[in-house]
Amino acid sequence: MASIYSLFIISKSGGLIFYKDYGSSGRMDTNDSLRLASLWHSMHAISQQLSPTTGCTGIELLQADTFDLHCFQSLTGTKFFVVCEPGAQHMESLLKVIYELYTDYVLKNPFYEMEMPIRCELFDLNLSQAIQKDRVALLGR
Amino acid sequence: MQFFGGSTAVEASPAPAAPPGTLTGLAGNNANVLYIFNRNGVCLLYREWHRPLRTLDAAQDQKLMFGLLFSLRSFTAKMDPTSSEKGNLGVPLLPGQGCSFHSFRTNTYKLSFMESPSGIKLILVTHAKTSDLREALRYIYNLYVEYVVKNPLYVPGTPIKSELFNTNLDQYVKTLI
Repeated sequence: MASIYSLFIISKSGGLIFYKDYGSSGRMDTNDSLRLASLWHSMHAISQQLSPTTGCTGIELLQADTFDLHCFQSLTGTKFFVVCEPGAQHMESLLKVIYELYTDYVLKNPFYEMEMPIRCELFDLNLSQAIQKDRVALLGR
Repeated sequence: MQFFGGSTAVEASPAPAAPPGTLTGLAGNNANVLYIFNRNGVCLLYREWHRPLRTLDAAQDQKLMFGLLFSLRSFTAKMDPTSSEKGNLGVPLLPGQGCSFHSFRTNTYKLSFMESPSGIKLILVTHAKTSDLREALRYIYNLYVEYVVKNPLYVPGTPIKSELFNTNLDQYVKTLI
């Protein structure tokens, strides 16, 4: 059923701090992932300017031909987005779980510098577990 | 050549048949804004039904919209997880080349997009809870073909000034949910 192709985390200034690919044939090298993350950051901001009504906080879901992209922006401006299959369900809750893992294992890590790429083992470990659980739960249905 | 397999008559029943005005509080008109661009970025039509907030003047707004779409298409073509060989970011894409998006949603609005093979881009901005509007965009494209393209006095690449087109468009938009 639905599973994610990749996960990106962007800092509030627009730089990519985390990128993980979960088995798409569109695996990207570092430079490309950096460029795409910055591009997404800018487009997210532009979409707020084009809103016909007030109170827009940016793109939450982008639907393309072969994939969907769900984006979650925290109150501090850190953006988490996943590329998944079209029509995937429960991506918002997955993003919130990832946000919680980020706050627990990255932000509370005293050796982590803000806006730097994430290199926390515990975060990677728990993230893999969360994604795996999500996948198993979906396949089990 | 039947690109959409549609009929020549505009009276073809639109696919999104639904009771008008059910979800929104907007009297009658259920869309906010419509843009039509040609492949060179010229805005052929900007039609506004409900837009309380305008951050930029009209020309800037249209350029920004076109730029956003151009970048989004590059982005989706590069991000496509199902194809492994892609061009570089920023390379101008032909209509239909690479993975393209059909809509995006924010918390306040939903933008639906359609590009014809000739590069005519239709953008419809509606409220956030709208369902899939691809059929609606195809219908509007058919209206464009009937009332604008087939008008012998219309010069391609110039802004659209057809009363019939505007009237039919307004009528159709009232039936969207």
